[in-house]
Amino acid sequence: MTKVALRGLAGRKLRAVLTGIAIVLGVAMISGTYILTDTVQRAFNNLLVDSYAGTDAVVTGRGIDVSIDGEKPPPPPVDASLLDVVRGVDGVALATGSVLDERNTKILTAEGESANSEGFPTLAFGVDTDPAYTQFNPLNVLEGRWPASEDEVVIDAGTADKQDFAVGDTIEISTLQPKRSFELVGVAKYGDLDSLGAISFVVFTIPAAQELLGREGQFDAISVAAQEGISEEELVAAIAPALPQGAEVVSATAEAQEQADEVSEFTAIFRYFLLAFGAIALFVGAFVIFNTFSITVAQRTREFATLRTIGASRRQILVSVILESLVIGILASLVGLGLGVVIAEGIEALFGSLGVDLPTADRVFKTRTIVVALGVGIGITLLAGLFPAIRATRVPPISAVREGATLPHGRFHRFTPWVAGLVVVGSIALLARAMFTDELGTGDRLLSIAGGVLLLFLGVAMLSSKLVKPLAAVVGAPARRLGGAAGRLAGGNSVRNPGRTAATAAALMIGIALVAFIATLTNGMKASNREAIEEQIAADYVVTSTDGYTPFVAAAGDALAASPVPEVVTSVRSDAGLVNDVSTEVGGIEPDTIAEAYVFDWQEGDDSVLANLGTTGALVSSNYADDHDVSVGDTLTLRSTADRTAQITVVGTFEPPPFYPLIESVNVSTELFDSLYDRPRNRWTWANVPGESTEENRAAMEQAIAGYPDTQLETREEWIQREDADFNEFISFLYVMLTLAVFVSVFGMINTLVLSVYERTREIGMLRAIGMTRRQVRRMIRQESIITALIGAAIGLPLGIFLAALVNRALSEYDVRFAIPWGQLIVLTIVAVIIGVLAAIMPARRAAKLDPLRAIAYE
Amino acid sequence: MSNGHNGAVVVARDVARRYGEGDTAVDALRGVTVDIAPGKATAVMGPSGSGKSTLMHILAGLDKPTSGSVDIAGTEITTLGDNDLTKLRREHIGFVFQFFNLLPMLTAKENILLPLTIAGEKPDDAWFGKLVSDVGLEDRLSHRPSELSGGQQQRVAIARALVSKPTVLFADEPTGNLDSTTSAEILELLRRSVEDYGQTIVMVTHDARAAAVAHRVLFLADGSIVRDLGECDAHTIHNVMEELAAA
Repeated sequence: MTKVALRGLAGRKLRAVLTGIAIVLGVAMISGTYILTDTVQRAFNNLLVDSYAGTDAVVTGRGIDVSIDGEKPPPPPVDASLLDVVRGVDGVALATGSVLDERNTKILTAEGESANSEGFPTLAFGVDTDPAYTQFNPLNVLEGRWPASEDEVVIDAGTADKQDFAVGDTIEISTLQPKRSFELVGVAKYGDLDSLGAISFVVFTIPAAQELLGREGQFDAISVAAQEGISEEELVAAIAPALPQGAEVVSATAEAQEQADEVSEFTAIFRYFLLAFGAIALFVGAFVIFNTFSITVAQRTREFATLRTIGASRRQILVSVILESLVIGILASLVGLGLGVVIAEGIEALFGSLGVDLPTADRVFKTRTIVVALGVGIGITLLAGLFPAIRATRVPPISAVREGATLPHGRFHRFTPWVAGLVVVGSIALLARAMFTDELGTGDRLLSIAGGVLLLFLGVAMLSSKLVKPLAAVVGAPARRLGGAAGRLAGGNSVRNPGRTAATAAALMIGIALVAFIATLTNGMKASNREAIEEQIAADYVVTSTDGYTPFVAAAGDALAASPVPEVVTSVRSDAGLVNDVSTEVGGIEPDTIAEAYVFDWQEGDDSVLANLGTTGALVSSNYADDHDVSVGDTLTLRSTADRTAQITVVGTFEPPPFYPLIESVNVSTELFDSLYDRPRNRWTWANVPGESTEENRAAMEQAIAGYPDTQLETREEWIQREDADFNEFISFLYVMLTLAVFVSVFGMINTLVLSVYERTREIGMLRAIGMTRRQVRRMIRQESIITALIGAAIGLPLGIFLAALVNRALSEYDVRFAIPWGQLIVLTIVAVIIGVLAAIMPARRAAKLDPLRAIAYE
Repeated sequence: MSNGHNGAVVVARDVARRYGEGDTAVDALRGVTVDIAPGKATAVMGPSGSGKSTLMHILAGLDKPTSGSVDIAGTEITTLGDNDLTKLRREHIGFVFQFFNLLPMLTAKENILLPLTIAGEKPDDAWFGKLVSDVGLEDRLSHRPSELSGGQQQRVAIARALVSKPTVLFADEPTGNLDSTTSAEILELLRRSVEDYGQTIVMVTHDARAAAVAHRVLFLADGSIVRDLGECDAHTIHNVMEELAAA
């Protein structure tokens, strides 16, 4: 029977290939995701290994335990005098102090703009480049030399290449100080890495770094090497007692591990996001496999019956069909695995085009990738092929003698509507849980939705055969009216086997439902986004950093305030902190001016409470107040990252639109903020001008902040537009990823059409023999395809909108609007028609090419 | 191989087959009793709707009667479960179809050996060689069915049916899809298998010349056996058929 199975597969190569492609794409996506994220992770890990290669222990300031969205702020610096203390400890062989800043430095292009990519840091180093300390320095000079004076710098090779800077050039760099010119005396790379991806770096002399970055008389870290025979732990134990309260020491291994864990968390989120799309593609692929196998099994009824008459047992038939799906699964998964390498490159390029360069290393191909990709691909194929295989065993031997025998229904066929009903009920239960249970966290809610959606798709697909007839009547009307004989035949053919039409349409339905879902949801989100920001902001001008969301140096805001042009300038500070020991984003606002630029939707209090902020007052958002059971008059403890604490009393609460609050949930005056935080940064600087915004006052204000090129000034309108555009970019990215799933559906449709043409060879031959032209045959096939595609759209569109409504409800705390994008949905329908046309091209051609005589005699 | 009454290898007792229920029920067979003798060819004839195919399907274990019993080689088959029926098919039953029913992706040789492959038995090379030369397919063994003529395909089918040396070979309109010359060759083959190997054959046919090859001809009409003749020539058979059709 093995031979029967394998030989059978070989005889139907085209069909096997088309079936396999359904799995290849999904597996490729999964394998590609793993390759990419493993490579990125390896790159970061190499980075860390290099950084700490020559170090045994690291002394830093003692930071507070705060983490926002998994990100921890850097620890505060230590006094430079500590270096001598450390050097004096027994067991210390070498120690050196360094300055490291990840937030405040920007290399500028020749045009004066920030050279690095969105959201990625430029590291600033101040290191002792004395040869005695090379073991602590992970950087290697490629060209030139280390800086020797305060107006010399070394930058990373990647940036130098991109910006066409050469050793000897003069370049500008902005820091906490306004931009300054430096001589580029060298180009370096980080350890062995060719490129850190989007992360660039600058190396100053230590005194220069201390001055530029607000660390006069301080170091960010002291790296220590132990004497021969002393372990890291022993070194740490020796140093710890010598340190003052505000400093701590950890072993280099522990330090590296902690940073590696942070990176892990980041790549994990990224990985799951990409894997989700791979899973969608595989889900659709499963439908395609199920459909294809169902059709081929039905077509081979006589073959199976014959085998049974000559003594094949049911189990042998089952094994034979399962073997076929196993072979397809294995081959497709192997191809997918290889293709994953290409996909990894593709995703990397995609991110690159969005301005996000990922760090590179040699492609990592872990065993886990192979195991998961093959396991999932083969598993899904086997599972999807299982039901048709079981159907095959139900073929009674007597079908061998009957002409045109149809596949008998499975033993449980009667129960299919019940099972489908159960599945739908199950999905509704999960979805209802997500919608109506109050105590759920957002993550739990979304997971419940994901499970419910999966079941919903399955249930709808199972029931969709019931919908085929009525839907085909509607979407097939144009074909019947305008398509002539071919159209009428097409209409009839679609309802001939509703189960099969439904299964074909189901694959497309999933893709369309998902696109409709994204379109509807994001349409609402865009509207909410716009509404939210328009509601809050009253200022004429907005200053942000170039990427739009990273905070920028406060001095830029001060520079603008110093300009005579604007009549009001108000800055909003932002940083992480602990409020009553809970990690929170803390804001700093200027009580005298903030109300001119920002519209407070007061819950308790009004604009006058701003005057009460002083150095002890706080303004909290209503969400925060609700979540933490806080109201006006309550006292909170605020602890900054510099480990300075203040007691603050709530003087008022306001209600920002939850979708996009422009200021933080807990706000104090800038006076208090600046006293608690070192090197405060602004999230916004808003400005009002007397009268209208004009070209002149705009130019004047830009001039005022020219020293801080990592900032940009925009009018209120311009800024709102940009926020919209950023949102659109993200949506486009989602669509691109979904295209993969749609792709798989299209292959599924082509597959089914080819099979159905094959099955109707004699019938098509007969039609040709009685006078149907080739063109009419093609038209008939094409119309069938379009009708099937439209059925998929007819079910998918409402499903997608329904899902968007659900997720909307689940995210109700963010107050997302619900707005159906009619225009986009119409486009989507047209796309479905186009897909129908495209999918029909090959099958139609095959059908038309049939020689009538041979076709009629076809057995 | 134990036999039933009079050494018959296939014994049918009061076999009836009804389709549907109540007013719309159709009685395809009404209480047919027949013993099939070993080592002989029995033809079952009748006009369309006479129940001849239904009878054979039931005798061959492909269909279950509404009432009555069937014995093959002493085993009651109407109550057998699927696994036992499968075993029965491997050991005692061979089948030749009207449309050949060869597996298109296997060669002639593989098709012939398929019953043994499925049963997990090793082929007897000597027997295989004899079969192949008797059906005249020596130089066609590596060809696929699509490369063979109708007659050659049916020869392959016959060889396939005989390769496991079944107790009884059932043939369903074996010449129905062949021209008269090829039909004659196939019938000759079937006849020879009875004479050379002592094969028991039950053949359903509407072709008088096919029935003429048999040692016994049963005529069915309206679900019952109406004539039971010994060896006849085509002419006699033809006359009987006309008589029945006129009735």
